[in-house]
Amino acid sequence: MSKKVLMRGSHVIGEAAARAGCRFYAGYPITPQNELTEYMAESMDRLDDGTFIQAESELAAVNMVIGGSMAGARAMTSSSSPGISLKQEGISFLAAQELPAVIVNTMRGGPGLGNIAPSQGDYFQATRGGGHGDYRTIVLAPASGQELADLTRTAFEYADNYRTPVLILGDGMMGQMMEPVVFPDPVDVHKLSLKPWILDGAGGKRPSRIIRSLLLDPAIEEERNWKLMRKYEMISREITRAESYMTSDAHLVVVAYGTAARIAKGAVKRVREMGLKVGLLRPVTLWPFPEHALKELSRYVKDFLVFEMSMGQMVEDVKLSIEGRSDVHFYGRPGGIISTPDEVAKIINTIYHRKHLEED
Amino acid sequence: MVKKVFGKPKYLKDAPFHYCPGCGHSIIHRLMAEVLEELDIGDITIGVPPAGCAVLAYDYFDVDMGEAPHGRGAAVATGIKRTLPDRIVFSYQGDGDIAAIGTAETIHAANRGENITVIFVNNGCYGMTGGQMAPTTLLGQASTTTPGGRNAARDAAPIDLSEMLAITHGSAYIERTAVTSPKTIRQTKRAITKAFKTQIANKGFSLVEILSPCPVNWKMSPVDAVKWIDNTMIKTFPLKVIKAEVGKL
Repeated sequence: MSKKVLMRGSHVIGEAAARAGCRFYAGYPITPQNELTEYMAESMDRLDDGTFIQAESELAAVNMVIGGSMAGARAMTSSSSPGISLKQEGISFLAAQELPAVIVNTMRGGPGLGNIAPSQGDYFQATRGGGHGDYRTIVLAPASGQELADLTRTAFEYADNYRTPVLILGDGMMGQMMEPVVFPDPVDVHKLSLKPWILDGAGGKRPSRIIRSLLLDPAIEEERNWKLMRKYEMISREITRAESYMTSDAHLVVVAYGTAARIAKGAVKRVREMGLKVGLLRPVTLWPFPEHALKELSRYVKDFLVFEMSMGQMVEDVKLSIEGRSDVHFYGRPGGIISTPDEVAKIINTIYHRKHLEED
Repeated sequence: MVKKVFGKPKYLKDAPFHYCPGCGHSIIHRLMAEVLEELDIGDITIGVPPAGCAVLAYDYFDVDMGEAPHGRGAAVATGIKRTLPDRIVFSYQGDGDIAAIGTAETIHAANRGENITVIFVNNGCYGMTGGQMAPTTLLGQASTTTPGGRNAARDAAPIDLSEMLAITHGSAYIERTAVTSPKTIRQTKRAITKAFKTQIANKGFSLVEILSPCPVNWKMSPVDAVKWIDNTMIKTFPLKVIKAEVGKL
């Protein structure tokens, strides 16, 4: 373990990536995540075996990552909302070709160019695959500097273990905020287990390999889709994660992720001081979504409030998980507005008293 | 005593080509496989097939192959080569792939001087999708999307991608050839050899543009298609070494 340092979120991801054995980064400038690209330029330069490329486009960047990943490198690209839209072609190919890669989305206000303020408007895009075709990506939603460091390490491990693209879904706030962080020790890339599928030249010692996504025979394409599906089911069983905060006696549970969860936690603390029995469930993996945790909570919690920095996207997954057993309320501020804990506390208060939850 | 004078090159699989009668891909595949064998680089070669007719190149080349999205061959090849700089990396691309949807990736890979070899097969149309206008379709040439012939005012004139690439700082070797006769086929093999030698010598970006017949979409017999290249297509796309800043290879 390193000693505790104070660092900006974007730099934390960069440092954690290099320590996780990332040796290939390609990116394109876009606010509010340029600090990550700049950090990777420096950190890949410091390494003998690191590659940094400022690509001519988001498309080129993600396709360079495809190449780096095919050749066996732990590879990463990053961007912000409009840039992530452009990368979707490559993300679909990464999923189809079962290539590991880490993609960081520092979300900003949208749609279109939107603005550069923190937002959570890309939840649908992130958790539904994002590009064309029948696939999912693992989506991790850090909510603190320390979690940025830990989940970045985890992202590279998941990507390699499951041979799948992993998205780190942050926002402008996560990227800019400075917090104390303790980094995990660097990985020795030479000790990482060899990948028996990479393209490094057959060397006359093994049959040549093909990494492809085109499967013209529908029967074979169907089997590939089933194979991916089986993998996604395994991922869902193995990695789904959420943080539960003061939910054991709660009459109302707030569901929020990332920056919104930080705000929501402040709100929960405020209403607890007023005697309201309110808790927080914070999904750490957005895909796979912690539906089991919500299902369990819905046995005794009859009201949920989903709070997002969007017009309401994760709320659909919450409803799907609860399957009508409880009431699901929603509060959201889209467009780059950051609510205060007081503002969310007021919403909690209103629902709590309107539903007479104090009498339960 | 039987002496073998002709056989299948080492780096072609034992699979019959699916390409249409008279198509140039089969000839080009064979020439490349011969060059990989003669330069003794097949075992360290990684190829990147395109979207298009030649996506199935991985069914024929017996080297590691990683498929790129449409037009992104140069970007994918860049990623492979930067990760494994001591390997030989080529991308194989058609005109629509390289000169329309993948123009940016190609120009920037060339300008960065990526040490990769690109085989650019120019048949003047989108073959796999059924013969639509390509960026290289000649003025006046009919296609399914220029039924009355390509019109400069409406459809633009054909693009000289190889000449454009030659003015980038990082390109080292660029030649345009054809596969229409024993003479041009031999010349194409020499050009492919030079392009790979450029990469072996770490000189930078190398590309061979090969004018190649597409009799089915041109609605010509294979013989007429070859004649059309020799008599007409080369007036727009002259066969020549466009750039050779490689020193002695």
